[in-house]
Amino acid sequence: MTSALRVPVRRRRWMMAGTAAALALVVAGCTSNTPEEDTTGGAAPAVAATGNDEPGDKVTIAFSAPAADHGWIGAITKGAVAEAGKYSDVELVQAEATNDVNLQISQVEQFINDKVDVIVLLPFDGAALTEVATKAMQAGIPVVNVDREFSDPNAARVTVLGDNYGMGVSAGKFICDQLGGKTDAKVAEIAGIDSLPLTQDRSKGFKDALATCGLTVSNRVAADFTVQGGEAAAANLLQAAPKLDAIWNHDDDQGVGVMAAIENAGRDEFFMVGGAGSKNVMEAIKADNTVLKATVVYPSTQAADGIKLARLLAQGKAMSDLVEVEVPRTVQLYAPVVTKENVDQYLPTAFES
Amino acid sequence: MTDIPAAVPADESARIEKASRSTTTTRKGFLHGATGRNLGLVIALVALCIFGVITAGERFASIDNVLTILRLASVIGVLSIGMTFVITGGGIDLSVGSVVGLSSVWASTLATQTMAQDTHWIVMVGCALAVGLGAGLVNGVLIAYGRVVAFIATLAMLVSARGLAEIIANRQTQIVKVQGFLDFFRDDVIGIPMLVWIFVVVAVAGWILLNRTTFGRRTIAVGGNPEAARLAGIKVKRHTMYLYALSGLAAGIGGVMMLGRTTAGSSTNGQLYELDAIAAVVVGGTLLIGGRGTIVGTVLGVLIFSTLTNVFTQNNLSISAQAVAKGVIIVVAVLLQQRIAERSRAGT
Repeated sequence: MTSALRVPVRRRRWMMAGTAAALALVVAGCTSNTPEEDTTGGAAPAVAATGNDEPGDKVTIAFSAPAADHGWIGAITKGAVAEAGKYSDVELVQAEATNDVNLQISQVEQFINDKVDVIVLLPFDGAALTEVATKAMQAGIPVVNVDREFSDPNAARVTVLGDNYGMGVSAGKFICDQLGGKTDAKVAEIAGIDSLPLTQDRSKGFKDALATCGLTVSNRVAADFTVQGGEAAAANLLQAAPKLDAIWNHDDDQGVGVMAAIENAGRDEFFMVGGAGSKNVMEAIKADNTVLKATVVYPSTQAADGIKLARLLAQGKAMSDLVEVEVPRTVQLYAPVVTKENVDQYLPTAFES
Repeated sequence: MTDIPAAVPADESARIEKASRSTTTTRKGFLHGATGRNLGLVIALVALCIFGVITAGERFASIDNVLTILRLASVIGVLSIGMTFVITGGGIDLSVGSVVGLSSVWASTLATQTMAQDTHWIVMVGCALAVGLGAGLVNGVLIAYGRVVAFIATLAMLVSARGLAEIIANRQTQIVKVQGFLDFFRDDVIGIPMLVWIFVVVAVAGWILLNRTTFGRRTIAVGGNPEAARLAGIKVKRHTMYLYALSGLAAGIGGVMMLGRTTAGSSTNGQLYELDAIAAVVVGGTLLIGGRGTIVGTVLGVLIFSTLTNVFTQNNLSISAQAVAKGVIIVVAVLLQQRIAERSRAGT
């Protein structure tokens, strides 16, 4: 706000130039299925040049997330911290990552006591953190809920969500396009943890999208997001299905095991679509020397977007790409398909599994 | 019963002496030693608080923050009280965290059924307590009468209770909407949250039970020397069973508290709480080999760990640094205990 806090003019020009370049890239790279791209690439510098990124009031943003026990969650936290670091006017208070809801509740209580400006919360369990988030809202601290939804919409000012159903749809559509009307094609699905609502949503989207081109899932197995689980499930699947045309694997972390099983079996008559969008999968797509031809992104930039929105909330700004004068209530991120053609655009925001 | 001597070093005479000392009337030396140990814990806690005030100032010293520390401490605190009895009696209970998850899920399943509307929420609480007590009894029977080593029996319960919780909840989080129950836990009494009150009540009851009743003296005797206790006419097997039932009941109470705090039952509740509880008990000065137990020490141990967590969060320090600090505290506490034990042995 004061001149001391302002970014030097030259750097600002660079930022604007970078922004413009990024926008041009997005526009140029825009193909059939990517209209919402610039909102998905939250961590990329694709922000309209309206001055929202210029330093404003000093704000304290508190952040709490589950323990980084797999690549995606680790990337979530890293992304949030990196995003906060880009702003001289943001002080990030980061609570230790935990899978204990009791501890996470007490972290939020501490944030409330400390009267932070905004809380960005990826709860270990949305329902369990709803009560304390409501308390924060009542204390006048806006809560930005990331990925795992609270059980009461009033517990959050903004909710940033991925699109699990959309992931399934994107994967299904891509497979439909590739198989080009071949109605007797064998399509297999390797799901994540089957009892999770997110897995059910993904599978439903996949089934619905395949139905539009007259295909069905001929073989379906479920793993558990781990490498060994993916290996075991894929090995069984390949035994059960001697000939396949396409496989969709829900999760790139377990995909490492799936690929191992495919290589062990020496199979390559099909192509595979991944899920989530890890860096090694994107690199494999780029190299184009395996059955991996595409992956569907479940953005690990959600918390980074949460931090950005939290900053806008605290500074009383709005999203510059919208006409609306307030930050929206819900932001649902898009699940684009990454192929060899557009992989370079997504590699910077891919996560290490 | 037979498993206990195996886990104990062979200085029989010292332990028999200790057991008899605490079972008979000469409690003066015992009390004196406990006071000394507790003083060390109080100093550690005060030092932590001073560190908190220096680094975080007002934010640390505010009443709201103190209540936050106490709320965080209360669930593990209740488990630790139960654990104190088991460890004093020469055993170990690894299942308490899982039993917290199981009892919370069992109760929330009941609460989300339609019958919940017709029955008082006390039924739900009673169910959670009964589940905890039941799990504890199973542990106790296996250990006392089935002669399964405590470590193995409760490890089996740890795994199977978590699995059963997942089956019951179908791995989903069940939201409790019973208004009376939620209001009860939202209430403050004289400015202190209900969760903290429950911890206080359990701690006081535990102190009385351990220090002022025959049950408590028998616990110390059984832990100190089961053979001597048996010869003294104590039904060691039955008593051991009671101890695990007590710990299970404490875990059931913990399950209810988690329900109240999170308003949701989940099979993931209470993961690794058994380790936090054991750490608090051991740091508090209860001997891991049994025969000596202190409720005051356990409470202080719990408070030290939750204050540590709070101070680290206040200062924006990482989980990794905190884990290291926790480990150091545990080792230092046990080393100090050994020194004190050696000195008192040399003194007698």
